[in-house]
Parts: sequence; C-alpha cells; structure tokens
Amino acid sequence: MKAAPFTFHRAESLDHALDLLARHGGDCKPIAGGQSLVPMMAMRLARPSVLVDINRLDALKARHDAPDHVTLGAITRQRDMEADVALRRSVPLIAEALRWVGHVQTRNRGTIGGSLVHADPSAELPLAAAVLDATLVLRSQNGGERRVPASEFFVAPMFTAANEAECLTAVEWPVWAGAGVSCAFEEVAIRHGDFAMASAACQIQLDPDGTCRRATIGLGGVAGTPLAFPDLAQRLIGRRITATLAQEAAEEAAARSEPGTDMHADAGYRRHLAVVLLRRALLRAASAATPALAA
Amino acid sequence: MTAPISVEITVNGTVRRAFVEPRTTLVDFLRDHLALTGTHVGCEHGICGACSVLLDGAPVRACCLFAAQVDGMSVTTVEGLAPARGELSKLQDAFLESHALQCGYCTPGMLIACTDLLARNPQPSEEEIRDAIGGNLCRCTGYQQIVDAVKLASGQEEAAHG
Repeated sequence: MKAAPFTFHRAESLDHALDLLARHGGDCKPIAGGQSLVPMMAMRLARPSVLVDINRLDALKARHDAPDHVTLGAITRQRDMEADVALRRSVPLIAEALRWVGHVQTRNRGTIGGSLVHADPSAELPLAAAVLDATLVLRSQNGGERRVPASEFFVAPMFTAANEAECLTAVEWPVWAGAGVSCAFEEVAIRHGDFAMASAACQIQLDPDGTCRRATIGLGGVAGTPLAFPDLAQRLIGRRITATLAQEAAEEAAARSEPGTDMHADAGYRRHLAVVLLRRALLRAASAATPALAA
Repeated sequence: MTAPISVEITVNGTVRRAFVEPRTTLVDFLRDHLALTGTHVGCEHGICGACSVLLDGAPVRACCLFAAQVDGMSVTTVEGLAPARGELSKLQDAFLESHALQCGYCTPGMLIACTDLLARNPQPSEEEIRDAIGGNLCRCTGYQQIVDAVKLASGQEEAAHG
C-alpha cells in the first residue's frame, strides 16, 4: 500500500525540526532512516500529516567518547556502528545486538535512535539499551533537554516516555572499564533478521579468578518492553558463572516475563526460549571473558 | 497541503530533476516518473527486497524511503549495472549461466545485493553470500543457484548447475 498524503519538510537545523514538532504535535513525525516508520505508513498504521526529515542534521550525528560512556547521535546509522572498531571495544553489546538486526539494506538506512523510539518489544537495540541502561537524550522547543534512562524510557509496545514534541538527539552508552568484560546476545527468530520470538542479552565482568565482579542481564520479545533484571544480575556478583547458576538466573528471569502468543509461537514456548537463550548468553559471555577457565 | 517537492537525483549517472509528491517512494519515482521499471515493487513494506537499489553506493530498499529524502544523492538501479547497452555485467552473466532466476521478480534486488557484496568482498564464502541475500526473498530457486551464480562471478566455481 501507499502512505497517506503528508507535508514534507527538510529540517535545516535542529531548532527548525523542534519548531515543527512543537507546532504540529502528534501529527508530526521526525523521519531519519524510516525503516520502521515508512512500513508503518505504508500499512496505514501511522498517518502523520507532517514529516520532518532530520537526516541532514549534523547535530544528530555527533559522536563523543568519554572514559565512562560513549555518546552516539540519534541518527547514527546501524551499518556505521557495525563497522566501528572503537565502538566494538567500548560498547561491544551494540555490535553483538546488530548481528541480529534486519539486513544490510535496512541497516544502511536504519539508525540507532529510530530503533529506540520505535520501541518494538522484540527489537534488539532497545534490549541492548535496557540491559546497559543507556541514557536517552530528548529535546523539545519548550522543554529543553531531558535525559531519560532506558529503564524509564520503554513504557509499552511502540510507546516510550518521549512526548510528541520531543526529538531524540543522542544516546549515551555506559562503557565498562577494566579487563574481563564480555557480553553476548542470543536470539531465535523465524528467519535471521526478523523480529525475535525471544532474545536475551548480558554483559559481565569477571575477576582473574573467574568470579563475577559486575553483571547485567535482560530479555526481549517476552513482554511489552525489553526487560532488564538488575536484582537478579546482582546475585551473580562474587560467584563463578557455572551452568547451574546461569540456569537459575535464566529461569527466574523468564518467570517474570509476560510473553504473548501469536501465529509463530505461544507464550510457553517463548518463555522456554527465554530460559535457554539467557543461560546460553551468560555461559558464552563467561567463557569469552575467561578462555582459560572455560572448561 | 502536500505540496510537491523539488528533487535532483542522479540515476545511473544521469541527473534527473522532478517535482514529486511527498509520499512518492523512491521505487515509485524510478518506475512511474523515470520509466525505469527494472526495479520491482514487491511487498512495499521492507520485507522482500525486490526494490533494492544502490543509494550512494550502498544497497537500500527503495520502498522504504521517499524520493524527497534522496534529493542530491546518487542512485544505481539494475539498469545501471551493465557496462553498456546490450551487454551484461559479469554477475548478470553468471546469473544467466547458473539458472539463478526463474520468474525473475526478485532478480533486480538479488543483483543489487550481490553486486554490493562483491564490491565489498570479491571472494565471499557461501555463508557470506547467504547473509548478503538474507534480505531478499526468492520463491523459485530455493536460493542455491543464486549462491552458485555469485561463486561463478567471483571465480570460485568452474561449472554451473545445468
């Protein structure tokens, strides 16, 4: 199908875009990669009457590396993040998640910000943001800048804490300093590149003796938002990540999920996948962090 | 209300200027305004890959961006892959030799995806080939002959399936 008619503006500056958002409210949508928005418009699930093209705004492309976080401009292309060797070192979970995102054609256009504001509960980058508790930087003409942690950003399927006048400008990703940091992202989908039936992600830091110093874990596709489990991750601290411990953590996390049923999988199967995938993610990350201890 | 937008887009090396309705997708612009019907319209929501074109050299889905967004950029369609009129690119020829198409609907998108792959990676493994065409659906070939064609075009296979 074709999108419903709309007025198109090429934003000349961030202020120009924010002015249009302030004036038109919910009828106005920013468009960057458009890999979620354009299909939604083609299916008439979205009918904005005004589109603001923000692709040319350098302010939304800025990259900043600090010791404890990396700031990525909201319209940073997924494909550029994939190829970014420094980013693979500082925030490795992004590249791990991107292995499962769409296809070359969609990643060439798709942006980090677009995926986060679209907030599909099965999408990979929102899960990565939830697991690392990234900070989303929002800006509006009247409200100025507002910083929202991922734990508060994702509210419900396709629904975030951003209000209609706000534009996501940047995402701050925590960098874990020190040795022994490792992460993993696991997923099952009908076809590679499709939305996940269930997904799991973790990042851990192990001490030289193999005990866990720092951990974060989460599940995607099994609730209305991506889920992170800081209290369960806390219980891994000071212990070796054995198969038994990974299984326990995965079972407790999956028990808190609320998966839905659709034509691809029922709730019970999704919960089963959640256990298997989170256990697998934890064990893979643990073995990558300590190759010598893997056996 | 939905005033036409002026665009200047370089398509297969030729600068094309037009006024487009904002909701005109790039693939509709190519087909309906420029009569370049080599690029196919399949699902119109970013699943099938039939509409793939190269945008500033990188493969994208032409159904998932509006022509108005492409102003000032360069597009290569399947019509732009051959070195000259009446000739085929090496990859196109390998598709022919390997029976990599039957109905032909997915072929323009497959050729765009595989042209990009070979430009980035002249000797791709089978896994890399399958990854590169992961965003393109084919309902005829079962994909094997397409993989064969890319191997043939990259000099990795002597004889094609016959």
